[in-house]
Amino acid sequence: MSDLILHRVGPGVTVQDQGRQGYLAQGLSRGGAVDLLALAEGAALLGQEPELAALEIAGSFLTLELTAPTRIALTGALMRARCDGSDLAWYASHTLPAGAMLELSAAAGGYSYLHIGGGIESEAVLGARSAHLAAGVSGMLENGARLAIGADAGSRSGMTLDPQPRFDGGRLRLVETPQTHLFSQRQRERLTRMTFHKDARGNRMGQKLVCDGEGFKLEAGLRILSETIVPGDIQITGDGAPFVLLAECQTTGGYPRIGTVLPCDLPRLVQAPASAALQFEFVSLEEAVALERAEAARRAELPQQLRPLIRDPHDIRDLLAYQLISGVTRGDDLERKA
Amino acid sequence: MTHHAAAESSGFPAITALGVDGFLVSFGATLTEPANRAALAFRAALEAADPKGLAETAPSLTSVYLRFDLAQTDHEALRAALETLLDKRDWYDAPLPDGRRLWHVPAAFGDDHGPQLADAAELAGFDAATAIGSICNSPLRVQTIGFAPGQPYLGALPEQWDIPRQTDLTPRVPEGALVVAIRQVVLFSVTTPTGWRHVGQTALRLFRPDQDTPFLLRPGDEVQFRQVSGAELETIRANDPDGGAKAEALR
Repeated sequence: MSDLILHRVGPGVTVQDQGRQGYLAQGLSRGGAVDLLALAEGAALLGQEPELAALEIAGSFLTLELTAPTRIALTGALMRARCDGSDLAWYASHTLPAGAMLELSAAAGGYSYLHIGGGIESEAVLGARSAHLAAGVSGMLENGARLAIGADAGSRSGMTLDPQPRFDGGRLRLVETPQTHLFSQRQRERLTRMTFHKDARGNRMGQKLVCDGEGFKLEAGLRILSETIVPGDIQITGDGAPFVLLAECQTTGGYPRIGTVLPCDLPRLVQAPASAALQFEFVSLEEAVALERAEAARRAELPQQLRPLIRDPHDIRDLLAYQLISGVTRGDDLERKA
Repeated sequence: MTHHAAAESSGFPAITALGVDGFLVSFGATLTEPANRAALAFRAALEAADPKGLAETAPSLTSVYLRFDLAQTDHEALRAALETLLDKRDWYDAPLPDGRRLWHVPAAFGDDHGPQLADAAELAGFDAATAIGSICNSPLRVQTIGFAPGQPYLGALPEQWDIPRQTDLTPRVPEGALVVAIRQVVLFSVTTPTGWRHVGQTALRLFRPDQDTPFLLRPGDEVQFRQVSGAELETIRANDPDGGAKAEALR
């Protein structure tokens, strides 16, 4: 039985998969990885199903030990990754030997992912392994935690892919909500003209955005009856700041919503550093559907985007160690070399 | 004028897109008994009809949300299916869902178990004892489950209870808290900040992810509170994982 032993765990490290579907009517939102694209990229790097669980690291740090030869992949926000004294490439897959100590430290903030060949097999609750912090399902991982990992059907490592650009802010495309037209035309235009930044207090439930100038508001006197809300919805709360709902959002809400960020653009929001500028742009529903379908097709083709990880030997301090941990190997190769 | 005709003249039921892959079917802009009934019944019928590509449905107070799979269907096909289903009957006089239950739930009011009882009672124009009697004797129904896992919105309290939420948030109200505003009672499934007034406390665990029945209440269930002392509630909490709640089937 192969395990991960978590020795030093920073805040905001959780087990995440694609979340729980089917419990919206009972008040439980889907949850799951905040950057679902990073989950798909990790699965492609390891040649496995995107349903498998990985570790999500929210701008934090993690040191862990492997009890058996293990394939890993690293995606999402860049971190510094070191294994037994050697640097590991980000956005790549690696095979690490039994007893290896992997150290991940945050470089730029955002959400980072450590994927394991065979996936993490922590206990499933209501059909998923995802921690849902807001609902108290599972929780943040702590020093000393041991996580079981599944049987790895694959063997290839030492592969890389170019991540879809999303780590420097930019445009977030919106569709209208049933309440968009309760906001005046002036308010709606202002939303698409202003430049926003992420407030420091974002979490898995949502992200507040700030901009210069006055807040956004509805005309006085309108009361909205609570109804279902979805991730990507931009609530305008009491202080007038846009609040974008994310994976662990509440399931219903009575704050008016000015627009909904397209699911395919949410990774750009969650991975934007605090300094990055974000803008909004409304698109038609037809255009949004076309963009979502194109993104689904692109994600399905991620395995075809892989290429071997080739590095300049001058950059590799210990060539032997590099071959040991990042070459294309099978588990038993490691034992023969050792 | 029937409820149906009244609703149609005001633009309901209405189908609007919500997000990139969902619709909201709304039966009213304000909470009424017929609109709530319509939402619960239409959601059950939509689940039964199960149009191609339907991924998930969820009722809220007067509307039904549905999400669908863009790989299997599109807005046009789903909207047509929804229109066909809407035309099948007058949803505003539909019966409540099957399998409803009446829950008898012990609750302590006032003092540490409901520090805002006096405040809320005064706003509603009651003394504390009358306010407790009003909450315990009102027939309350689960109008929706939402916001947090297993969290019921119960209504409707008599009209005097149309009191606003407070402007400030109470930073921390415990699991099982009984809070009131706008003719509704909410029971909290997790410890949470709230703008509702905390008047009582139950020992209910509404969300139990580790158990076979993870969600205690269902939309359409009825709830009757029974006043117990604070000490009695703590005894119940210590001895009964169900918090003293007893269910009987409703027909």
